[in-house]
Amino acid sequence: MSSHTAHDEHHAHDDHHHGPEPGLMRWVYTTNHKDIGTLYMLFALLMFFVGGALAMGIRAELFQPGIQILEPELFNQFTTMHALIMVFGAVMPAWVGFANWQIPIMIGAPDMALPRMNNWSFWILPFAFTMLGMTFFIPGGAPAAGWTMYPPLVLQGGWNLAFMVFAVHLMGMSSIMGAINVIVTILNMRAPGMTLLRMPLFIWTWLITAFLLIAAMPVLAGAVTMLLTDRFFGTSFFNAAGGGDPVMFQHVFWFFGHPEVYIMILPAFGVVSQIIPTFARKPLFGYESMVYATASIAFLSFIVWAHHMFTVGMPLTGELFFMFTTMLIAVPTGVKVFNWVATMWRGAMTFETPMLFALAFVILFTIGGFSGLMLAIAPVDFQYHDTYFVVAHFHYVLVPGAVFALFAGAYYWLPKWTGHMYDEKLGQWHFWLSTISVNVLFFPQHFLGLAGMPRRIPDYAVQFADWNRISSLGGFAFGLSQLIFVYVVYKAIKGGEKATDRVWEGAHGLEWTLSSPPPYHSFNTPPKVTEAEAHS
Amino acid sequence: MSGDASNTGRRTDNRRSALRLAAVALAMFGFGWALIPLYDVICEITGLDGRTGVAQAASLPTQFDADRTVTVQFVANVNSALSWDFAPAVISMQVHPGKLYDTHYLARNRTAAAIVGRAVPNVAPNVAARYFNKTECFCFSEQSLAAGEQREMPVRFVVSRDLPPEVKVLTLSYTFYRAPENG
Repeated sequence: MSSHTAHDEHHAHDDHHHGPEPGLMRWVYTTNHKDIGTLYMLFALLMFFVGGALAMGIRAELFQPGIQILEPELFNQFTTMHALIMVFGAVMPAWVGFANWQIPIMIGAPDMALPRMNNWSFWILPFAFTMLGMTFFIPGGAPAAGWTMYPPLVLQGGWNLAFMVFAVHLMGMSSIMGAINVIVTILNMRAPGMTLLRMPLFIWTWLITAFLLIAAMPVLAGAVTMLLTDRFFGTSFFNAAGGGDPVMFQHVFWFFGHPEVYIMILPAFGVVSQIIPTFARKPLFGYESMVYATASIAFLSFIVWAHHMFTVGMPLTGELFFMFTTMLIAVPTGVKVFNWVATMWRGAMTFETPMLFALAFVILFTIGGFSGLMLAIAPVDFQYHDTYFVVAHFHYVLVPGAVFALFAGAYYWLPKWTGHMYDEKLGQWHFWLSTISVNVLFFPQHFLGLAGMPRRIPDYAVQFADWNRISSLGGFAFGLSQLIFVYVVYKAIKGGEKATDRVWEGAHGLEWTLSSPPPYHSFNTPPKVTEAEAHS
Repeated sequence: MSGDASNTGRRTDNRRSALRLAAVALAMFGFGWALIPLYDVICEITGLDGRTGVAQAASLPTQFDADRTVTVQFVANVNSALSWDFAPAVISMQVHPGKLYDTHYLARNRTAAAIVGRAVPNVAPNVAARYFNKTECFCFSEQSLAAGEQREMPVRFVVSRDLPPEVKVLTLSYTFYRAPENG
């Protein structure tokens, strides 16, 4: 690739010289940001369905009280693997895929800064998830102690611990390399005139996300390495008998874990901040406050970790500190929500599928934010801790939060990526079915949690039967609805109405100045960016 | 403008930035490991996880606070992986802060094989932990009991005179674990 770039400078006008290699090996050897972006997104979609299939198993078992289809051991493996696959296999790679496709064409760069490493960071992932997935077939089965991997329970399982730890190492390396690539690209490769405060908000949120990844993922790598040595090499980091402390794992894990939740949601903020101005036909309200709010959220994410563990027996000062810093996050988040609403205020709005998903994001993510605020209150958290209320909370921020933003972004940029308009009617069906079913799926879980149903159990008291049945029905409907999305994407790749370059009437930004689909190598001659264009 | 020159320049810049960021990632990996001693130090200073203090008998104050009495309760736990009986000789004592006291626990190996165990102490409430100082304790080292052996395990302690006045009751608990060296 590097020799190509040098070459291209001389022949900036004949891009077609350097089209993709023919055949399957194109995808293995590719260093092209668009190819790698596509690979990431297709991989994430596959993992979304694998993780989703596990979720269907979980909801089927919880359809009624008693043990029907999943033995408790297998049920625990399902919940653990569902979380690991969705977090590390679906949401994170999907965002990296968006970053790969969008960052170069939104900042006017010819490609990512480190194309060879880019190829590597993607191709590590299939190996990581093969290693993780094959634990279902080894003696002792898959990891079953929850994705949080708390000792001592996680140390009492079978061999799967080693597989899980090495898989996490690989995922971590992949994410860190991806993050380094994103930062270097954004800092070094911007087109002339694209100053930092003229960057589209999606670029800003990804820049900050990448810093979170670099700071948080290595800490997780350290923590799981300690689990590995505790289990197989006789160390006692988390073993009280050897002078260690299992609670310490929770501190180290959540020091990674809380930034991790913002790694999954900050790019969603970015996408929504691109979409709402387009369909409200107004510039984003409060651009700079959005940037500062994102940075504040990122900073706060590193000092709130113990709100995940209010019940371990912290002193009152600790509970208060983590309670107040957690509540403080509501301030920059509120700034964002109000900015989105203000952007729409008196806008000439239309409601195409991307806008619908973005609007649902704003409303439903805010519901998830509010239940998070409830959980932040230390004294009441003692009641909510480890109940379905927590499950409802983090699924609201992750499914109608992060995943809906992924859908919004996918519909928004799909015509740009494929060159064809997607089927709007099917897109609307996908939206309405998903939005209704996701609420039927997760809203009743708030009630279950407040009534005291614990999480991570295959069986429950009969008093919880009704809401569980409703939740399961919503779950099946939500799962099936996602097949529509696959079909819409397939159809847009195959053909359909040609998309214009600008695609959306109100769209602004460099990516819309390229053809749809953009040439294999774009922006070999950097565009010039002016203040007026950047904030129109 | 020579395209080659500017490209080489940018590639060097990119490489330099990437290496710097990789160094940050490596430093954060180190930080993850540094959290372990850091956690120990913070617990030691603040007594946050109920860690008790260790004092040298010679350095103890000779005066004690005869006007003040606090209750010290003794609790014994055995981890399920260890087949020992373990109990305090007395359930509670009335003590004066600043004065040295002796008591002991009783441990018995129920099995037909020698086992090495290790006791981990904890003091509640947490705020009082660092005012509870032991000059002698069976928890300082690993304890080996032969098959069926029973032994008295002594504890010599002093509650510091600096103990916050609102603390009236202290609970000292030990949990005996099977030492990892048993395999």
